[in-house]
Amino acid sequence: MNSLRVALFPTCVNDAVHPATAIATVTVLERLGVEVDFPFEQTCCGQPQYNTGYRREAEPLVRRMTQAFGGYDHVVAPSGSCVAMVRDNYPRLGSRAAAEGRGDDLADQARSLAGRVHEFTEFLVDVLGVTDVGAYFPHTVTYHPSCHGLRALGLGDRPRRLLEAVEGLELVELPGADECCGFGGTFAVKNPHVSAAMGADKIRNAEATGARVLCGADNSCLMHLDGMLRRQGSDLRPLHLAEILASTRTEPLQ
Amino acid sequence: MTGTYLGMPAFPRAAAAATQDTRLRANLTRATGTIRAKRAQAIAELDDWTQLRAAGAAIKDRTLRHLDHYLEQLEAAVTRAGGVVHWAADATEANRIVADLIKATGESEVVKVKSMATQEIGLNEALAAEGITAYETDLAELIVQLGDDLPSHILVPAIHKNRAEIRDIFSESMSQWGRPAPEPLTDDPAELAEAARLHLREKFLRAKVAVSGGNFMVAETGTVVVVESEGNGRMCLTLPQTLISVVGIEKVVPTWRDLEVFLQTLPRSSTAERMNPYTSMWSGTTEGDGPREFHLVLLDNGRTATLTDEVGRQALRCIRCSACLNVCPVYERAGGHAYGSPYPGPIGAILTPQLRGTSTELDASLPYASSLCGACYEVCPVAIDIPEVLVHLRERVAEQGGAGHRLEKAAIRAAGWVLDHPAVLAAAERTASRTRRLHPRRLPGPGSGAWSESRDLPRIPAAPFRDWWRANRTTKERP
Repeated sequence: MNSLRVALFPTCVNDAVHPATAIATVTVLERLGVEVDFPFEQTCCGQPQYNTGYRREAEPLVRRMTQAFGGYDHVVAPSGSCVAMVRDNYPRLGSRAAAEGRGDDLADQARSLAGRVHEFTEFLVDVLGVTDVGAYFPHTVTYHPSCHGLRALGLGDRPRRLLEAVEGLELVELPGADECCGFGGTFAVKNPHVSAAMGADKIRNAEATGARVLCGADNSCLMHLDGMLRRQGSDLRPLHLAEILASTRTEPLQ
Repeated sequence: MTGTYLGMPAFPRAAAAATQDTRLRANLTRATGTIRAKRAQAIAELDDWTQLRAAGAAIKDRTLRHLDHYLEQLEAAVTRAGGVVHWAADATEANRIVADLIKATGESEVVKVKSMATQEIGLNEALAAEGITAYETDLAELIVQLGDDLPSHILVPAIHKNRAEIRDIFSESMSQWGRPAPEPLTDDPAELAEAARLHLREKFLRAKVAVSGGNFMVAETGTVVVVESEGNGRMCLTLPQTLISVVGIEKVVPTWRDLEVFLQTLPRSSTAERMNPYTSMWSGTTEGDGPREFHLVLLDNGRTATLTDEVGRQALRCIRCSACLNVCPVYERAGGHAYGSPYPGPIGAILTPQLRGTSTELDASLPYASSLCGACYEVCPVAIDIPEVLVHLRERVAEQGGAGHRLEKAAIRAAGWVLDHPAVLAAAERTASRTRRLHPRRLPGPGSGAWSESRDLPRIPAAPFRDWWRANRTTKERP
């Protein structure tokens, strides 16, 4: 694996608000023998701008991202929605830029990056071919798959297989797992009441499982649910999958 | 926009009210939950679902590319078969044509088959203004009409009502429209259905004119197809002397072979049935069988304009199955009325702003009425990428500016500058980290309150990831 150049794309949300998830991603990859790099030029993938209707404003960020990750064999991100942005929307953005007369280079670079970007669980299961990453986490966990991971990327049972291989972990089924948690980026502020109603149902379902931890692979969804859980004074703890996988017998997650 | 929906509030306000309506929430959760599970089962039975879905999308796309050709072919075939074809550019023209056709018969009342196109143009209201009464004969449309209500679902217009509410509507209002409801009336579904049957029967037997929509039109033979499950449509389409069908131009399919695909995907997607119960098909008029006069009103009303948009045009593939409504978590909690259009739910959020434009606050808010979760795209039997079109329409709304969008654009641009300067971003992150103990759990003020009304703000970490990396690792020279 050392011959491969692997870059970490922690995502801007994890960089600024959830560094523990990004650090955990590095920890797991290095434990598996992957030498990972962090290109400092990266900032934000442009998803919030793009999804809110500011495609032109997202374009410089797309250009920045394609340059920051140029030359790497694999780009790994612990976020399904940011990976979906790069994989599904970067090529679209590139084509539109070309159609509007801003050259073909962005489309070429966008297509190239789209083919090299992996969501964390995809990279572990598909590229590295592992499901047991040597983790230890003696708690009851329920898993919320997140819409972009579930439907845009089709992650399928990859996260579940990784969790099931964790020593001590008891995985319990989340009722209505495939339903959106109500975050949806700017949707959470443009339609706050519907967003909160969706979040409340997600939390009710998660609490009904009796699990101690609500695991997800997208911190933006977990940030919204965490905000609701703390407001309600709930004991249920949202946690990114990477942090569970980083926890070991010798260095258990507190 | 027809008068019915004028002045309705933007989606977020209407939806906020709906989330507090516990009875509405309970009615919708039960109804959508049931049909969602049944649909999944009905689709899982088919080995070739993926191919049928792709075929449906391909047939619609090909037809839309050559729409002028197939519409002319259809017109010629309908005319040959004894029907008369009328072309209506917009709602006003369509309503004018239908009203004149009814007046020419000397009648002042019509029976109606459930139709989305006539809802779209506000036909009932337009006819009422000319002294013509239109009687809805679909059970759910009847409930909506008797209750002086608006439809809230494409397939089940009264989905927001439970059977106790329906009993009350029947008891109170049937007498004003015709045969009163039997007394006493309970909320037993069989009893409610019988009350509707008796009420409608006299209208079927008396009516000389019927108005319908059409699910499909087959160009090669000039055949119009109506798909329904109560038999009321069959009554309206066969008993009256004059039949007037108002159909959107995008409903044409070239051949019967093409129709076959949709007659498989539509019932399974909409009612979770393997085969549709009442499928009526007619080509013009037939001596001694059915209506003696047939008029087909081909409705544009924004469709040609929609067709010019390369991304948005896929919305015209829609076969009005409602599968996207039934799986939508936003629809389930906001209800259909919040969309301010006969087309609610995800398809409404992309169809209404294209057919009506985005000049009103309501229409401009519709593309944002989605968390982009993608459940709609997954179930769509003609593979309309609804999230893609939503984002595309958001761009249109953001570009036109207007309430809230100027400030938003300025903020996006400012953030864009920071995000294009990693050193500035790192400095901003560090400032946030250093001052984190001062951050409140909720923000004051009406704008920022949207997040913190029901959620605490995220806790900011001691240092951003980039600082951890700088302290613990080294970035190698870029390959």
